[in-house]
Amino acid sequence: MRGRLPALGSIAAVAVLIAVLPFTLSSYNVSLVAQVGIFFVAVLGLNILTGYSGQISIGHGAFMAIGGYTSAVMSRDHHTNLIVTMLMAFAICFVLGLLVGLPALRLSGAYLALATFALAISVPQLPLQWSTFLGGTGGVQSHTTVSDRWIYGAAWSCSAILFLLAWLILRGRVGRAFRAVRDSEIAATASGIELSLYKTLAFGISAAYAGVAGVLFVMATNGFAQPTEFGIILSLQILIGAAVAGLGSLWGILAGAAFVGLLPQVSTSVPVIGSDHGRDVVFGLMVVLVMLALPDGFAGLLARLRALVRA
Amino acid sequence: MALLTLDQARLRFGGIVALDDVSLAVEEGSIAGLIGPNGAGKTTAFNAITRLYRLDSGDVIFDGRSLRHTRPSRVVRLGIARTFQNLELFPRLTVLENVLVGAHVSSRFRRERDVRRDALETLAAVGCAEHANRPAAGLPFGTLKRVELARALAAKPRVLLLDEPAGGLNHEEVDELAGLIRHLRDERELTILLVEHHMRLVMQLCDHVHVLDFGKTIASGIPAHVQRDPAVIEAYLGGELAA
Repeated sequence: MRGRLPALGSIAAVAVLIAVLPFTLSSYNVSLVAQVGIFFVAVLGLNILTGYSGQISIGHGAFMAIGGYTSAVMSRDHHTNLIVTMLMAFAICFVLGLLVGLPALRLSGAYLALATFALAISVPQLPLQWSTFLGGTGGVQSHTTVSDRWIYGAAWSCSAILFLLAWLILRGRVGRAFRAVRDSEIAATASGIELSLYKTLAFGISAAYAGVAGVLFVMATNGFAQPTEFGIILSLQILIGAAVAGLGSLWGILAGAAFVGLLPQVSTSVPVIGSDHGRDVVFGLMVVLVMLALPDGFAGLLARLRALVRA
Repeated sequence: MALLTLDQARLRFGGIVALDDVSLAVEEGSIAGLIGPNGAGKTTAFNAITRLYRLDSGDVIFDGRSLRHTRPSRVVRLGIARTFQNLELFPRLTVLENVLVGAHVSSRFRRERDVRRDALETLAAVGCAEHANRPAAGLPFGTLKRVELARALAAKPRVLLLDEPAGGLNHEEVDELAGLIRHLRDERELTILLVEHHMRLVMQLCDHVHVLDFGKTIASGIPAHVQRDPAVIEAYLGGELAA
């Protein structure tokens, strides 16, 4: 128990900070930090899949789109409460994640990356196909819109609940099975771990997380779900966030989420190139630099610091 | 009564006959040895028993039940655990976590604290308790061999398949390992089948020895007899066994 005190202490400190921030920040900055909370959920979910079970996905933006559209359509057609739509998005994306996980069983590495990439490309096309139901290029407007503070509270509440859930899942038998599958499929099988069960389960859980992030994402764009918002860049941002956070650990998620949530906004004000693409250049450079300096992400840095303190 | 039987097992890989009509039986509570020159089919036999390979014909029978339609992940649940010749550990998990994964099938609905305590005891039984919280990657080969043994034991199996447990050990360590294996057999009521090149270990430990060469059985019997069998000596080119 004593070994857990520093971890619990830092979680408490971060929680207090996040709870206090909206009372001191401007409305614009509140929405920025809310954005970090949205990425927190998505990055956390992808880390369960890629970091723990060892399956890469460049397609999690697709699950965010499905979650976001679920919420917008339910709100538009049935005036469903937004919190309820989150639960629906969680459930729907969980099931769809399991289904996507089935063909993924036969793929790994670059092939899995490509297959999920295809998912990221094709899912945002669906609203154009079924434009009467999903609004086409014009998108779907939710019946209810909420304030920045509301989104901030929702995003960070979801982050806290889903972090706790991830911790509970990953700390024991199931989490070890995920990591065993990642490290050696043969030894995992010989230990009685059914690969297909745990690999699809990881896909389901991580897609469910992305679905919830998608609902929050749509709320943050004034309740407006639009195909262009869920492009490939979003999927890449989640993956970059997970890499910066550190794959296979929960302790760097906040840093990874802040990196992809804040950096594109902050780097807009860096006057390097003075064009619209200056932002992308700064973001790209920072990704390269961070990955060079922290190959195991932020969580790896924390682990090294802790080892230093103990030594 | 044989607890584990390989019955007329045949397995080809392309043009190579890896197992050619191999039948062997392991008596409950015994320690049996599976020996033969490199490439004789010993590890293939293990992979067939644990269903990583599917036999072309023949069967694996465990406790009176055919494993022909058993999924590989079910084998350990039925009671057959194994180690690997060249180690198949989880490098990024700690030594203790490796053993905890081994307990995957024996730890359902048990409290994490109890499962951990058992895993630590198992590690202590093979003499690796002091490494519990180190990552598996980076430890010496001999230590990792023992960690793998602990991982297999954590499944609480009835049959233990050990693939070259004495790999990389010196004479003294081999004697110590023989003592450990016999102790584990007695204490945990195990039935053991081991593949081994160290004749010293095989002769000390085994109640029965089965010799393979090019996928075929060339001898089977008690160690003293097998050791003097001309076909066996021929297969080893008068090497280790004659010495």
